[in-house]
Amino acid sequence: MKHIVIIGGGIAGIETASALTDAGHWVTVIEKEAELGGKLNKWSYLFPDYTPADKVKNDLLSKCREKDFSILSKTEVRTIQRTNGKFYVETSGEQKLEADAVVVATGYELFDARRKEEYGYKIYDHVVTSADLEQMLLPDGDLTVAEGKTPKRIAFVHCVGSRDEKSGNHYCSKVCCITGVKQAIELKKRLPEAEIYCFYMDLRMYGKHFEEIYREAQEKYDIQFIRGRLSEASEKIDKSLLIKAEDTLAGRPLKMNVDLLVLLVGMEAGKGTASAATTCGIGCESSGFLKTADSFLQSNFSEKEGVFLAGSCTAPMSVNDTIVHARSAAMEVNNWLKKQ
Amino acid sequence: MKDFGFTVVKQRTIDYDQFDGRLLNEIIEKEPSFKVCLSCGGCTATCSAANLVSFNVRRISLLLRRGETTELESEIKKCMLCGKCMLVCPRGINLRNVIMLIKKNVQKHKTENS
Repeated sequence: MKHIVIIGGGIAGIETASALTDAGHWVTVIEKEAELGGKLNKWSYLFPDYTPADKVKNDLLSKCREKDFSILSKTEVRTIQRTNGKFYVETSGEQKLEADAVVVATGYELFDARRKEEYGYKIYDHVVTSADLEQMLLPDGDLTVAEGKTPKRIAFVHCVGSRDEKSGNHYCSKVCCITGVKQAIELKKRLPEAEIYCFYMDLRMYGKHFEEIYREAQEKYDIQFIRGRLSEASEKIDKSLLIKAEDTLAGRPLKMNVDLLVLLVGMEAGKGTASAATTCGIGCESSGFLKTADSFLQSNFSEKEGVFLAGSCTAPMSVNDTIVHARSAAMEVNNWLKKQ
Repeated sequence: MKDFGFTVVKQRTIDYDQFDGRLLNEIIEKEPSFKVCLSCGGCTATCSAANLVSFNVRRISLLLRRGETTELESEIKKCMLCGKCMLVCPRGINLRNVIMLIKKNVQKHKTENS
C-alpha cells in the first residue's frame, strides 16, 4: 500500500484525500488548525446558488467519514526530505512519516484589508470585509450600524488587495466579483429599503450562472454598479462614511455618503503556502502562488517529482474549481504511483 | 455688482447625496429593461446622430442615473429616434422608449439643484 501525505485540510486536501483513499491508498492529512475545512469555515453561503457553506463542508466530510485516512490536526510540516524515492516528513508534533508522494493543498489567505489604510478598515466603525459580512449575513447576524440604525446606503468596493501593485498583488483574485454581487443581493433581501452600490474596475463574471446573477442584481434587486476605484473613505461624526471615486464612465469625480462599506478582499498565497514551498523545495510564481509544471496538462504537478499540487495554493480558485482541481490531483497522484 | 474678474466655478464632483432620482424611477417603472445597461457603448457606436454631432447615447443612461436632468434635456434633442441602438444592445434595452419617456417627463422633474 502506498502512503500519501497531504499538507492542508481545507476542501482541496479533504477531497484529494477522499479520492486517493477510494483508489486504495493510505493517506495522512496534516492540518494546522484544530478543525478541517480551511477557509470554507469563514463563509456562510456560496455563489452561485446560496448553498450554505456548512452543507458543502459537511457533504465533503461525510464522504470521508466512511473512509479510512489519518488526520493530524494542529500540526504543521517541519521538514520534507526525499531519499531513494521516499519522502520523509517531520511534523511540529514530532511525528516522522514516510510517504510515496506529497500533495500540497495549503490554500490561500485573505488579504489583510488594514493594508489599504485609505479605506479605513479597523479604523472606522462601519468598514467591513466580505468575510466579516458573511458572518453578518447569518440568520442571527447583526446588520445594524451606529445607534442601532439600519443602513440606508451600502457600498461594495471590488478588487481590495487584487489588481493592485501597491498592495503587492498584481493579479485578479477571481472570486470577489461574484462574491460582491452575491452579497449585495443577500443584503438587499435582508434590507429591502437600502440602496446598494458596487464600485468596480471590471466585472469578471467568468463562471456558470455568474452573468445571470449579475443581471438579476441589476434587474430584480436594483443594485447599482459604478465603474471606478475608490480613492478613500473618511468617517463622519455620525459614523457614516464619505467615499470618493471617479465615475469613470462619466469622467467625473463622485462622492457619496454611505452607512456601511464592504471591502471585497482578495486572495493571497499566504504563509502556509510559502512555507510549503520552502519545505518541499518547489517554486512560486511572482504572485506567490505555487508554480505548476505547465499551464495546461500538468496543473497538478509541481516542478519536483512526487510533489503534487491541489487547489488554491496554485491560484485563486472558487470552491467548485478547488474541488475539481483536488480530484484531478488525486488522479494524477494515482497514475504516477502506478508507474513507480 | 462690480466685476472683479472672478467667477464661482461650479463643482464638477457628482455629489450623490444631492441625487434626485425621480425621473430615473419613473423611467425604470415604465421601461424596466433600462435597469440592465452594461455601459458597453454598442449603442453609441452605431448611433446615426453620434456620427454627425457630439452626442453620446450611452451617456443618456449615465446622466439619468446621476440625476443630471438639465443636461439630459438638451442632449436627447439630438436623438433622431432611428432605433439602431436597440438593434445593437446586447441586453435588449428599449432605448428609444427610454428617450421618449425622458422627453415626456423631464419637465415635470426638473428641479433647482439639477
